[in-house]
Amino acid sequence: MSQLLRIENLSAAAEDKELLHGVSLTVPEGETHVVMGHNGAGKSTLGAVIMGSPEYRVTGGSIFFAGEDITSLPADKRARLGLFLSFQSPIEIPGITVSEFLRNALEQITGKRMKLWDFKKKLAAAMELLDMDKSYAERDLNVGFSGGEKKKAEILQLLILRPRLAILDETDSGLDVDAVKTVSKGIAEYLKNGGSLLIITHNTRLLESIKVDRTHIISDGRIAAEGDASLIDEVIENGFEKYTDRE
Amino acid sequence: MKEKTQVADVDRSRYDFRYAENEGDFLDSGITPDIIFEISEEKNDPDWMREFRLKSLEIYNRTPMVNWGPDTEGLDVDRIVTYIRQKNRMNTDWNDVPEDIKETFEKLGIPQAERESLAGVGAQYDSELVYHNVRKEVAESGVVYTDLESAMHDPKYAGLIKSHFMKLVPPTDHKFAALHGAVWSGGSFVYVPKNVHLDIPLQSYFRLNAKGAGQFEHTLIILEEGSYLHFIEGCSAPKYFEAALHAGCVELYVGKGAKLRYSTIENWSKNMYNLNTKRALVQENGQIEWVSGSFGSHVSYLYPMSILNGRGARAEFTGITFAGEGQNLDTGAKIVHNAPDTSSYMSTKSISKSGGVSTFRSAVVVNENAAGSKSSVNCESLMLDSISRSDTVPVMDIRTEKCDIGHEAKIGRISDETVFYLMSRGLSEEQARAMIVRGFADNVSKELPLEYAVEMNNLIGLEMQGSIG
Repeated sequence: MSQLLRIENLSAAAEDKELLHGVSLTVPEGETHVVMGHNGAGKSTLGAVIMGSPEYRVTGGSIFFAGEDITSLPADKRARLGLFLSFQSPIEIPGITVSEFLRNALEQITGKRMKLWDFKKKLAAAMELLDMDKSYAERDLNVGFSGGEKKKAEILQLLILRPRLAILDETDSGLDVDAVKTVSKGIAEYLKNGGSLLIITHNTRLLESIKVDRTHIISDGRIAAEGDASLIDEVIENGFEKYTDRE
Repeated sequence: MKEKTQVADVDRSRYDFRYAENEGDFLDSGITPDIIFEISEEKNDPDWMREFRLKSLEIYNRTPMVNWGPDTEGLDVDRIVTYIRQKNRMNTDWNDVPEDIKETFEKLGIPQAERESLAGVGAQYDSELVYHNVRKEVAESGVVYTDLESAMHDPKYAGLIKSHFMKLVPPTDHKFAALHGAVWSGGSFVYVPKNVHLDIPLQSYFRLNAKGAGQFEHTLIILEEGSYLHFIEGCSAPKYFEAALHAGCVELYVGKGAKLRYSTIENWSKNMYNLNTKRALVQENGQIEWVSGSFGSHVSYLYPMSILNGRGARAEFTGITFAGEGQNLDTGAKIVHNAPDTSSYMSTKSISKSGGVSTFRSAVVVNENAAGSKSSVNCESLMLDSISRSDTVPVMDIRTEKCDIGHEAKIGRISDETVFYLMSRGLSEEQARAMIVRGFADNVSKELPLEYAVEMNNLIGLEMQGSIG
């Protein structure tokens, strides 16, 4: 299988503080990988750097996506190549509706204009799958949404934009049991259509219903351990302490 | 570090064309009694109007220049040409409008808008109205829409004009009101009879084509009891290096239970001093709704005022101001609650970029006789970079305890995180910023007729691209 995402010896800093120290990681097309680690271990930083957040500066190494070196590409170019990041705290955009925003984003990503009717049908179908009330389509993006609604709206974007690789940053945090189920259903739908995943999490609720191909444990900005899905169970049993001590 | 792009400057190519003027049509620059006589002669003013002009000139000469707000040093009124003679008479048939003038308005989409969605249209080119037309069925309902000069000479309306002209905005109000009283020319007179509802809007478009000139149009609107009107005004001018001056005056009389919506999209070029005065007097249960978009001009002083003079009268003001490079736009609104149970609602947005300065002044006066009144003021500012400025100056003068007053102000910038969020969905940085600004302006564009909302989006460079190139 082709290597969709390949990160080589990646280091990154926020202002003067280096947060990632030489991370290497590969996600082949069609696989689901999990990045686990303590709070502050560098998981979310890794996701943001892969997406091209201006908050971080790459100080070493490279990121390849779909065969292209994207290390210095702006986020929109990465998105157009098929990369997606579900934000831990999605941003509120007053005055722009969910529908208007998504139609714009979809056109940017596909480079094609979509008929309003076709788009609305597509949006309605995805919203139904996620048990979202139809009225959300005409609400301002994330404005006044509860934590759970914001996460659902991220998954809605995932289903509409259909990226080749989605990074889910703590998508399960702050969700009640039903919401986790709904979000899992959305993710399953995305995978069914051939998507690949990099799931960033520090708990495992979301992983219960998803088949994980590989697990990466991150600690202090380094990959501390890697393994198959069984590594998740090990972490649940023994915690992360074992990895934080390693240098 | 990534290079930052900004929200695009307003594309002015649509407005920046101009036509040659015949110098012989210009009266001398400056303001002297001789010039006033000449304008008055040209217009065949009734005696009272000539005297009014001369008296206004006296007031003008003894009134000091404004000394607060943006700098007006670049404006030398003595060098402004106050009046430009029109080669042709006003027309009611578009085909009779002179070719270059016609082309100007056609480029601005005026006749097209009339065909599509307006009850009547007036077009002023420099000092005089060149075109005025009202749909037949509108005229038959008794609605009058004409230029002020014609109305002044019509025995049916002469009395109305004399009893209302510059009574709301007297020449003593400020220096530019006095100047207006002296040299006013053109503008519109609208009269809506009792209980007549105009379902489609009337529109006036003001275009200042001449170089180093002033435009001093006067708009006088009288709504009788229970009537309804939506009036739209648009303004633009091509760019010259000489300063130009717009000192118009708008007086709106809203009768008992009548409702007037007054929408403005102003896009003067960036050499314009826009010192415009607008005022509405609202009677019992009447309503005035202002929708105001200020995009152009070098310096603006613009604070539409509503005087709520009868029980239950209401004022709403929705405004947006966009100040770019080299612009200092001082805008706002004033409401005077002068009767019981009156209410006012003000909601404004201001945007500044590339060193532009945007100041919002709100003034709410609640007099002793206005018990039971309510007022709510909400202003939000967005600065698109660190060299631009945005200020809010709220003033409240409350003279009764029996009222309910609210004020909210927010000033913000676009965060990098917000831009990143949108970019991570495929929007370029420029598109992302444009989308944020468009969302910010959304409550104003929602209030505008569709074609003006589109115009506004164009104006702030926010028209989203349909697809990537």
